[in-house]
Amino acid sequence: MDFDFQALQGVRVLDLTRHVAGPFCTKLLADYGADVIKIEQPRQGDPARWIGPFAGGMPDPERSGLFLHLNTNKRSVTLNLKSETGRAILLKLLRSTDILVENFRAGVMSSFGLDYASLREINPRLVMTSISNFGQTGPYRDWSASELVLYAMGHEMWGTGAPDAEPAGVANKLNLHLAGQSACAATLCVFYGAQVSGTGQHVDLSIMEVLAAAPDRRGVALVAYQYCGDRLRRQSAARVIDPPPFMNQCADGLFEILVGIDRWEAFVRTVGEDWINDPAFRPPVRDPAISERFNARWRPWCRARTKRELTERFQNGGVPCAPLNTVADLAGDEQLMQRNFFVRIDHPAAGPLTYPGAPFKMKETAYVVRRPAPLLGQHNAEILGELGYQTAELAALSAAAVI
Amino acid sequence: MASLPLEGIRIIDLGVVAAVPYSTMMLADMGAEVIRVETTQVFPHLTRGVLARPTRELARQWITTSGGYPNDREPGERPWNRYPFFNYMARNKLGMTVDLRKPSGLEVFSRLVRISDAIMENNTPSSLERMGITYEWLCGVRPDIIFVRLSSFGQTGPYRDYRAFGLQTESFCGHDLLRKYRDRDPSHNSWAVPSDHAGGLSAAIGCMMALIRRRRTGRGELIDVSMVESFLNNVGHIVMDYTMNGRVQESLGNRDRDAVQGVYRCKGDDRWVAITIATDEHWRGLRETAGNPAWCDDRRFGTVCDRIRNQDALDPLIESWTLQHEHREAASMLQSRGVPAGPVLDDADAYADPHLRERAFFVRLKQAECGEHLYPGPPWKLSSTPAAMRHPPVRLGEHNEFIYKQLLGYSDREYEELERQGHIGTDYAPQIP
Repeated sequence: MDFDFQALQGVRVLDLTRHVAGPFCTKLLADYGADVIKIEQPRQGDPARWIGPFAGGMPDPERSGLFLHLNTNKRSVTLNLKSETGRAILLKLLRSTDILVENFRAGVMSSFGLDYASLREINPRLVMTSISNFGQTGPYRDWSASELVLYAMGHEMWGTGAPDAEPAGVANKLNLHLAGQSACAATLCVFYGAQVSGTGQHVDLSIMEVLAAAPDRRGVALVAYQYCGDRLRRQSAARVIDPPPFMNQCADGLFEILVGIDRWEAFVRTVGEDWINDPAFRPPVRDPAISERFNARWRPWCRARTKRELTERFQNGGVPCAPLNTVADLAGDEQLMQRNFFVRIDHPAAGPLTYPGAPFKMKETAYVVRRPAPLLGQHNAEILGELGYQTAELAALSAAAVI
Repeated sequence: MASLPLEGIRIIDLGVVAAVPYSTMMLADMGAEVIRVETTQVFPHLTRGVLARPTRELARQWITTSGGYPNDREPGERPWNRYPFFNYMARNKLGMTVDLRKPSGLEVFSRLVRISDAIMENNTPSSLERMGITYEWLCGVRPDIIFVRLSSFGQTGPYRDYRAFGLQTESFCGHDLLRKYRDRDPSHNSWAVPSDHAGGLSAAIGCMMALIRRRRTGRGELIDVSMVESFLNNVGHIVMDYTMNGRVQESLGNRDRDAVQGVYRCKGDDRWVAITIATDEHWRGLRETAGNPAWCDDRRFGTVCDRIRNQDALDPLIESWTLQHEHREAASMLQSRGVPAGPVLDDADAYADPHLRERAFFVRLKQAECGEHLYPGPPWKLSSTPAAMRHPPVRLGEHNEFIYKQLLGYSDREYEELERQGHIGTDYAPQIP
């Protein structure tokens, strides 16, 4: 293969992660060229295999959409890390490894004798990243968590939502993906440093802290609190009284628009109707009766048009706005189509399916799906063969439930 | 002590608002020398403030992230150096000013490009191009340059130049509908911009991949980050439920498909605890923590599936217990029996949190115009190079003299001339409100 086909080609990753955050980190490495060997528990495998949505709806460990998306381009080896032979095989793999990523509960790697201090004895260049809910130290280290619990403790949940309702979360599993991306960024920085210096490091990444450092409000709100002593409070987007309202019902859903005083003239020009020229409507508007008068004309005007029609019209007029899309809208979206965002991947058990494609494009090198997500243990013979194990030995390991 | 991983890498930061400024802060924390290139001639709305010079009265009306200036919301003499949104993402960076709209400014910029490894930006795609800054131009100045460009929709396609901030990107991605309250329309929710977080992380990842490749091949790279495409990867399972099964997932609020989950009111004013009951073990833990109340024997709550199906009936019963406890106390009690639970920490609680304190998550920085404060630090700990805070949040044009004279080699006379031309300064032009 061309030595400059993908950015990370030649980088070897040992992937001891499961569920969401860790696998997303290693997927990003794999999709841009790294050789990622995913170690799974024999028989059961990555628990994400058992989490829906499933292709066709029926639970099947080889047909989980969550797993299929998060594990593209990886090779799977089943290995029982509780057995001595299993650990010995892992240590053999470690010699040719550049990066090891794990997201066991804090302390589990040490209990296997696989803590960073021991591993770097074998491979001093090794970069090891540990992703955990609360980090490898501290009073919550051994607490149990769900994504919601982490969001509540780390992120700006208290300040998210309506003042008269409970604090609100974000899309399911989104925060775990942000943690995976953060781990990926940190890992690559440390890997770069290790290439320069010849020695690796251990990265201890806490999901709670990823959320507490979020540029999406929390990090900023924490600084603001230090500065002025006020907390960010829950406040609905609907509270604005300046016309037009932020969110609007249109013929086929909702549409949002941000006008304000700077873009008022552009907004008026784009609507292009007589009634909107009333100078009383110009922000700032203090009297809700005026907003009501505006809305009496504005609402039917929006309802007569689709969200796409409105978006195109106002964007062309220079006013920031957007449709409130669903995935169905996105699947057929012209922008995503023209950029060839979605990718079609054929999988031996799940069949050909459409997946989200590159999160970013690199001009000179490729994002490619070289292989779909692996079947459980699909590459046992191939990878153990690379280590020099013979067919008879593989059968024995399998019989002893090591692989 | 070992050097930081990115020591020796120089990055030009043309970032605005949140996504790229966050990205460059990560790389700066990792040791890169990040130089913010700004101008005193145009005010970057929402980057260094809602307005350059707001009154204190206005600042008091704004939400904390916009109006929360130090000392009881006092904008001060140079509010742009005291703006919380900017200052959160401005540590460990150097700052210079130059007006890139003028040919003389572009000349200064090309000197900086010649000695830099990467340029990161997230302006509307056409705006840099109008000034003549394109990948081709940059390659002419430095052939192995890495150019990271981030925008809402990407650098190609029909929506390329659409105007969108995080808010518009969120609704476009479908997130507003995925996170709405189950029983209310999405306008009741407040703003949130995780797509900025996701996009910023993609920009940092792309930049690092390009640097790693450059070490191997000596070649430069152009990276095109679409915030929408980055975000859709972070909800891939929701996208695939549609592409596999034609199902459009609806918002579950704080609930979960596979567990009883919610945020429950606690004792005190606006206090809440998040709880997830996914297994029978968790259910037993809750039951014991609550002192085996009679409702736990209700047949409607017998199995995991029963409980999920009857969560509407179960929620008020769980809340009848949480209401008797403080949020931290309720969480600790449940945790001691293995139940995933956590207090909803407000901004004040977070600073008092024993875990974040013990892990030294907050870092103390003293900035000349803000004074000394704690700031959220990096979300990782490195084993041999602890995150050293090298500079407090950078002020406008703070390092002009060092950058122009030491790095770019301008003479004192040339420096004065550039100052006269409006490139060099520490204040926004007086006509800017």
